[in-house]
Amino acid sequence: MVLGVTFGDWIGEIENWVYAAIAIAMVYGAFRVVTTKNVVHAALYLVITLGGSAALFLLLGAEFVAWTLVLVYIGAIVVLFLFGIMITRAPLGYETKLSHPMRVRVGAALVSGALFLLVGGSLLDAYGSDPVPVAADATRTATIGQSIFDRFVIPFEVISFVLLAALIGGIVIARRDPEDAAVGKTEVGA
Amino acid sequence: MSALIAFVSPVLLAAAEEGAEAVQHFSDGGALAANAWLIPVVPMVAAFLIVFFGKRSPFKGWGLAWLSMLFVAAYGVTLFLSNLAQGITYQGAVSVANIGTSPYGTGLELEWGWMVDGLSIMMYAVVGVVGFLVFTYARSYMEGDVRFTWFFAAFTLFAGGMLVLVSAPNIIQLIVGWELVGVSSYLLIGHYWEDHENSSAAIKAFLVNKVGDVGLFIGAIIISLSAGSFRFTDILDVVADGNQHSALARFGFWAGLALFIGAMGKSAQFPLHVWLPDAMAGPTPVSALMHAATMVTAGVYLLGRMFPFFMAEGFGDEVRSIIIVIGALTLLLTGLIALVQDDIKKVLAYSTLSQLGYMVTAMGAGAYTAGLFHLFTHAFFKALLFLCAGSVIHAVHSNNMSDMGGLRRLMPYTFWTFVAGTLALAGIPIFAGFWSKDEILAGIRFAGSSESGFDVVQGGAGLANFVLIIAIVGAFITALYMTRALYLTFFGTYKGHGYPHESPKMMTYPLVGLAFFAVVAGFINIPGVFHLFTDTVGTRFFGGFHELEHHAEGLHWVLAGFGTLAGVSAFLFGSMLWANDAPTQEERDRFWIPGLYPLLAKKYYIDDFYMDGIVRPVRGPVASAVDWFNGHVIDLVINGAGLLATKLARVVYWFDQRGVDGAINASAAAAGGSGGLLRLIQTGKVQQYAFLIAAGTVLLVAGFIVF
Amino acid sequence: MLINQFLLLGAALFSLGVYGVLSRRNAVLVLLSVELMLAAVNINLVAFDIMNQDPQAGGQIFALFVIAVAAAEVGIGLAIVLMIYRNRRSANVDELDLMKL
Repeated sequence: MVLGVTFGDWIGEIENWVYAAIAIAMVYGAFRVVTTKNVVHAALYLVITLGGSAALFLLLGAEFVAWTLVLVYIGAIVVLFLFGIMITRAPLGYETKLSHPMRVRVGAALVSGALFLLVGGSLLDAYGSDPVPVAADATRTATIGQSIFDRFVIPFEVISFVLLAALIGGIVIARRDPEDAAVGKTEVGA
Repeated sequence: MSALIAFVSPVLLAAAEEGAEAVQHFSDGGALAANAWLIPVVPMVAAFLIVFFGKRSPFKGWGLAWLSMLFVAAYGVTLFLSNLAQGITYQGAVSVANIGTSPYGTGLELEWGWMVDGLSIMMYAVVGVVGFLVFTYARSYMEGDVRFTWFFAAFTLFAGGMLVLVSAPNIIQLIVGWELVGVSSYLLIGHYWEDHENSSAAIKAFLVNKVGDVGLFIGAIIISLSAGSFRFTDILDVVADGNQHSALARFGFWAGLALFIGAMGKSAQFPLHVWLPDAMAGPTPVSALMHAATMVTAGVYLLGRMFPFFMAEGFGDEVRSIIIVIGALTLLLTGLIALVQDDIKKVLAYSTLSQLGYMVTAMGAGAYTAGLFHLFTHAFFKALLFLCAGSVIHAVHSNNMSDMGGLRRLMPYTFWTFVAGTLALAGIPIFAGFWSKDEILAGIRFAGSSESGFDVVQGGAGLANFVLIIAIVGAFITALYMTRALYLTFFGTYKGHGYPHESPKMMTYPLVGLAFFAVVAGFINIPGVFHLFTDTVGTRFFGGFHELEHHAEGLHWVLAGFGTLAGVSAFLFGSMLWANDAPTQEERDRFWIPGLYPLLAKKYYIDDFYMDGIVRPVRGPVASAVDWFNGHVIDLVINGAGLLATKLARVVYWFDQRGVDGAINASAAAAGGSGGLLRLIQTGKVQQYAFLIAAGTVLLVAGFIVF
Repeated sequence: MLINQFLLLGAALFSLGVYGVLSRRNAVLVLLSVELMLAAVNINLVAFDIMNQDPQAGGQIFALFVIAVAAAEVGIGLAIVLMIYRNRRSANVDELDLMKL
């Protein structure tokens, strides 16, 4: 691994200190997401990871994305997750194991480890010590807005349809059968 | 008819004026000679067709046979006449194979060909005309026979084979024809094979021929390898060169002797003559054509074909003395046996043997034309005599003269034609036999004289003179036994059963035809007047040797006189003995010399010698020894091979069961097992699928990165 | 700052997400791991956008769209998990094997 920059130089910059702190938190959070035995904890650890990524965006100067991420991702999606967890938890505190047996986990670890190594190696090989020239100013929201309705207007419209479809679909899938409702069948474990 | 005479007479006149010299300007015969390959081929094809289609064809196969012989006769006569007008020497050939080089460096080419020169043309005409007449006769004679079609198939095969023999331009083809006639002879002699005697006679003929054939093969091989070619013209070229140190000259004596042994077998010379009398077991047309006119003359033909070889000094000329002696022995001894035979066909058979002796003696003495001329005339009158005998046998239903007598009133045609044949055979002037026999005597006389080259061969001259005396004595005996046959058959009172009558026209017309030839055939070679025959057979690729021959400027009166005297005195003597009638034939036949008669009756005990001395030992001890060897040694090998095969089969079976089947079963089990394993992948669990996808992708990426 | 530090971070988060997808038994936790992967993707997009100094901020907009799609996907996914839970009283993916042979 040939890096043009030595670790000493890298540590010298203050940004990198910030980055390092955030990165460590994120990785730890992600790690706990996939290994914790508590479902709710897993969702909360995800919050840490997502928050860390929002901080990184701010570091890079992508403010709008950062705050959108916090609003939508952490604010809505994770909450949704928590609702889902709540509804699907087994009654009377009976918790089944959340992960597959060791065998499967070792296999998965191998695969993901190999993937990381391959991708990491390729990245180091490809980008080496290329810097990220952070602009003096953060990206202006106006710029993003301009682009959405200029260059990306069609994907924007399509996204709205996707969301509409998801909305309708979610309702249709999750609603109770009219017959069950008539019979008076209630949800299990409610 | 008149047109024919008009066409022929200028030819005859022109030929007569030619004189004694051989025709110098030979033509190649044009299309007539070039297509002469048809002559042997047409009968062979006809024989083949008769075998397969005979029963369905018109006249049940006889039609095809008769037509093929008509074709050969017409073609042969045409060739004969055009040869008279302008001598033809031609040999066509089709190369069959090249079987390598001889020890003397030349290539050995196997060919199938057709020789068209004087000698062959003469034979074509004889086989064709006599064959045609005999085939006509045979239709009526074989009427009602259960194997009518097969008879004609074999008979036509014989004709084809004989023509192959005489048309052969090389010695290999001659051997092919030789064997063909041998086979047909066997088939035809054994025609009435229901009787065990007849099939034995057929086998005897075949085997005795075979003994002679050994000599033929050895001779043929020696001659062709030392001359470097199979072709007669090439062999005789070597002879004509006269090189005494050539391989052919060095082996000449042995080769010539071997060839002569072959000729002895086929032409029934003493001591290989024993098959011919027994061959009379075959139908009479067979005896007439094969064992009188054609097949038995094949040996004489061979001697004629190789004549320069036997004449040339240093090559084969030392064999001549042997040839003359054997010929003379045959001539005399067999003639004597004819005096004591009761079966009329046997009389004629021994007569044939005797005449063959004459021909062979003539060849040995160097009288080429005389020997062949006698062959020519003998064919006609001997066939005639056999057909007459057949006619008589047909009427009387018996072969034996003790059942005959007084038939001359009842069967006039047969009688008169028989008389014509007898006169011809006896050598009475005017008739054909006189001219030919006289020429032979003259030839022998010449050989014995100091003018010929023969006297330088050890004791040659004295030998020839001795043989001359024997020949004249033979003429006496010939006339004697024929007179006997004539009287016992046609004179006196009928001693047999039933009411004999004349034969149908189809049988008598050929008799008349042959009788005509018996009378006139001699006229074509009257010494000093006509030289047609001399010119005909003199037309050869090598006329040079002809000068060795003696051509009589005129009739040798003394010899002719002796010959005629012998014949006439025999006739008178015979009339004295047998003209009178008696109650039984045995009493008429009261010619008896105490010591000689039993010897003659037993045919000099030669047959007994052969039987006890050769046949029985082979059949007994030798055969059983061979059988033991075959059963114990050879069969052991075969049985051993069989056992080995069985054991091997067992091993293979085991291997098949355990090995091969095991492999099959294992592969099936493997398929099942792997299927069972692969089934485990299909769990229905999406996570597992995702795992596999991820793992596969990682591997692919790794692969792309590394490579 | 090096580009690689962001990219490597994204790679690490992505790999952890893969691990989670493959090893978690609860359906909700699998979806959670998927969210992790999407977050990693977002980091990559934004980092590249800043590196290339896109005047139109294409990478950032792409990231916004990814967030929107992630939201939609989670909605549907949880609806499905809910239905499964209703029918089987368990959110265990191991039991969803009706497609096996």
